[in-house]
Amino acid sequence: MKTLLDRVPHEFLWLFGSLMGLLAIASAIGWMLARRDNDARKAASVANLNERINAWWVMVAILAIAFLAGSTTTLVLLALASFFALREFITLTPSRPGDRLPLFLSFFVIIPAQYALIGTEQYGIFAIFIPVYAFLLLPSIAAMRSDIDDFLSRSAKQQWGLMVTVYCLSHAGALLMLPIEQGRNGLLLFYLLLVVQMSDVMQYVFGKLFGKTKIAPVVSPSKTVEGFVGGGLAATLIGGAMWWITPFTPPQSAAIAAIVVIMGFLGGLTLSAVKRSLGAKDWGVMIEGHGGMLDRTDSICFAAPVFFHVVRWFYA
Amino acid sequence: MRPSSALLVGVVKLLVGAYARWVGSAPGPAQRIYFANHTSHIDTLAIWSSLPRELRRRTRPIAARDYWGKGVRKYIATKGFGAVLIDRTRGDPLVDPLEPLRASLRDGDSLIIFPEGTRGTSATPAEFRSGLFRLAGEFPTVELIPVYLDNLHRSLPKGALLPVPVVCTVRFGAALAPQPGEAKESFLARARDAVIALSTKPA
Repeated sequence: MKTLLDRVPHEFLWLFGSLMGLLAIASAIGWMLARRDNDARKAASVANLNERINAWWVMVAILAIAFLAGSTTTLVLLALASFFALREFITLTPSRPGDRLPLFLSFFVIIPAQYALIGTEQYGIFAIFIPVYAFLLLPSIAAMRSDIDDFLSRSAKQQWGLMVTVYCLSHAGALLMLPIEQGRNGLLLFYLLLVVQMSDVMQYVFGKLFGKTKIAPVVSPSKTVEGFVGGGLAATLIGGAMWWITPFTPPQSAAIAAIVVIMGFLGGLTLSAVKRSLGAKDWGVMIEGHGGMLDRTDSICFAAPVFFHVVRWFYA
Repeated sequence: MRPSSALLVGVVKLLVGAYARWVGSAPGPAQRIYFANHTSHIDTLAIWSSLPRELRRRTRPIAARDYWGKGVRKYIATKGFGAVLIDRTRGDPLVDPLEPLRASLRDGDSLIIFPEGTRGTSATPAEFRSGLFRLAGEFPTVELIPVYLDNLHRSLPKGALLPVPVVCTVRFGAALAPQPGEAKESFLARARDAVIALSTKPA
């Protein structure tokens, strides 16, 4: 036990302890709200609140696992997240018999390989494996099946799915291989998740309170200028206040949080446009209330690669 | 639950989700025959995995002996999901292939059957064979529940070796019974329509 605690930075214990306390209070409040007699609209809001609180528990559990069980476990969890997100994406994307082998390889070879490259710290191949090799070879395999119906559209959609759900998301895991001060990579991953999640929550809250001007009503009716600015600023300040778990100074930490906020916002917006172009309001409706991995990871998918490169360029 | 069953359910859920949607009926202890469209080898496992654990123990899928009756598959079918193996080939014309089904129903088990008899390639099921009608007549207290399996023809269609992960929904409809004096053809057509009706998603 002593060696384990030696390995864990003391910031972790602070973070972990205070988060557990806050979450326990939040869960208790959520539980009491759910027990009250609510009309349908209120009940939906309370259910939404409780879902968010539960998402936080998951995040704290990931943080704990990242430190206590080590980076391999963290990478396996992230690989599973990629697997489920890609499964949702493919479910909503039309495919033909000729796509079966490329799809099989995407799930059972490319996902494990991408995360194994992180685990073995092969940054050079990690960065080009999907954009170059998967991009060239998967359509080649499909082409051998001589099925030209919608060929370009099918290949493009599958590559897009791989890029977002595997390549982009894997950059969150890649934070673990950055050569920063020993033992602090997990905190960096936590910082990213915290800022993205805070940004989502705060934009939701500010949007509910002050939202008037819609940013892109067709793509995402719930996104408003007031929500984005208010929520984004709040998340930026929270990110700035978390500088002590990162290699950044406080102003740098706020600036980087702002970048994460903007990328997360763009991720939510862009994937919403993708969903709608596939004919769905959200991934949950088309697969009937289940899944939703992409709904939960859309902001992270866009924020992770940019955050990774900012840290790699300036701090590693 | 046996470890082999738990592992099997885990693999099926990872691969195709197998999320149950009870549209016209609710999961319950009543003895039932679930009948579904058939497009994939995973069908049997998907329905079985989508049931609540306590119902799984008393629900036995019907599996063809020529496919599930030997080697690893036999181990999966009998130890994993307690399948009832039946002969599709009718090697002995004097033996009624429905006999093992009757035996399970008499024991009080629920069954999962595919009245098309074989796997199809399209999203709409082929004509139903008569076994369902005969069992309905012989076991009037057993509820007949139509089931529609979404998307599985994309995961592991007939003739394919490698499964592709795709989210599959298992929709359970309202129980159906033959009217007094109803002809076989009429009942089988109604049963098939009940399955097809579940293929359009509720708005």
